[in-house]
Amino acid sequence: MSTTRRGFLTTAGVAAAQNAAHAQAHSHDHQAVPSDPALRVKALESLLVEKGLVNRAALDALVDSYEHKIGPRNGARVVARAWVDAAYKQRLLADGTAAIAELGYTGEQGEHMVVVKNTPNVHNMIVCTLCSCYPWPVLGLPPVWYKSAPYRSRSVIDPRGVLREFGLELPEDVEVRVWDSTAEVRYLVLPDRPAGTENLSEEALAALVTRDSMVGVAKVAFPQTGDRV
Amino acid sequence: MNGIHDMGGMHGMGPIEREKNEPVFHALWETRIFALRRAIRPWTAFKGNANRYKIELIPPDEQLRLNYYSKNVIGFSQILAESGLVTAAEIGSGKRARGSAKAVPPLKADQVPAFLAKGSPSDRNVNVTPRFQAGQRVRARNIHPLGHTRLPRYARGKLGTIDRDHGVQVFPDTNVAGLGEKPQHVYSVRFPARELWGEQASPRDAVYIDMWDDYLEPV
Repeated sequence: MSTTRRGFLTTAGVAAAQNAAHAQAHSHDHQAVPSDPALRVKALESLLVEKGLVNRAALDALVDSYEHKIGPRNGARVVARAWVDAAYKQRLLADGTAAIAELGYTGEQGEHMVVVKNTPNVHNMIVCTLCSCYPWPVLGLPPVWYKSAPYRSRSVIDPRGVLREFGLELPEDVEVRVWDSTAEVRYLVLPDRPAGTENLSEEALAALVTRDSMVGVAKVAFPQTGDRV
Repeated sequence: MNGIHDMGGMHGMGPIEREKNEPVFHALWETRIFALRRAIRPWTAFKGNANRYKIELIPPDEQLRLNYYSKNVIGFSQILAESGLVTAAEIGSGKRARGSAKAVPPLKADQVPAFLAKGSPSDRNVNVTPRFQAGQRVRARNIHPLGHTRLPRYARGKLGTIDRDHGVQVFPDTNVAGLGEKPQHVYSVRFPARELWGEQASPRDAVYIDMWDDYLEPV
């Protein structure tokens, strides 16, 4: 290890100790933040591997899970199933966790799921004003905008303005319900099934369902228009 | 604590910036800090809440400047050092101290699917009597604790109605403070938008906030 690198890491260690002191004192003094998180994370990983606390192949598998397996396609399958199977929809709204588990989606940040249903008169949207809580097993990891200050601050005080920014203008007589995920319950919006989809298969329906429609900042469109995210 | 993280209802944060075709992660180091936080869990009693509180303690200007994963690097380093699994000196050097214990076995790759599928449920199978029932009017307490809390400022002192009971779950305020899990009922409480924001809000709209029993008082 070069002297420069060692110097940086020592500084990072001091900063970590200072941060701990901050926590104790509830101080608001300015705190140095490492300028290179990449270097700091690399050092953390080396240390934890060396100490036998983590395994690199497991780290790779964890990342792969969220890059390739756990994402909004899962939630889309849940929504499509609810659209074609009335009994499933009933179970989904009564016990979201159990009904979502029927399709094999369980676990971290989805341990306690509640599904809220849009109707022609009610539109639901989801936010976490305090941090960035999001239903990972069905939607994957959240996009940056969901974790951002603009979305978190405004969704509760001006939901209609936020929806307008997403291109969704709701009539005055539609009730907007904003679900602030302050506890360990995670929410999923069950969007309205668009008209004209009566003859589509469950699979074709799932292909219409976007992430944004399950967060509640968009509707499901048919025929397919707008952003596919 | 009344921190910048508690930003529901604030103005001036700017437009919502969306990225087209956004990747799951934006840098390799983001993938690694994300995975490290999960992989270390079998060794610890880390609570998601502990990490949240560490992030809340980052000075407000830094909280606004740093991205999600950068804040996690800070929180994770502090939690690790406090856990006793590693020392601050080891974090600083990136090297295991000579003679320090080597822990085995770590979470293995083939255990990851089952590990993720299990998650970390925060419900507790204990018999606690709910203080409130669905349909009941309640008021969110007007409290300003210095420690970790999940009672957002914009709801404090406001009147709402119990929408549903989510069951008995760990109470973060005491748990993060090291005072125990204090399991209790969590409710979804419906607050009319006008109760929270006054006449400027739509008379139809509402915000549903999850609240522990201890955050509520009868009306």
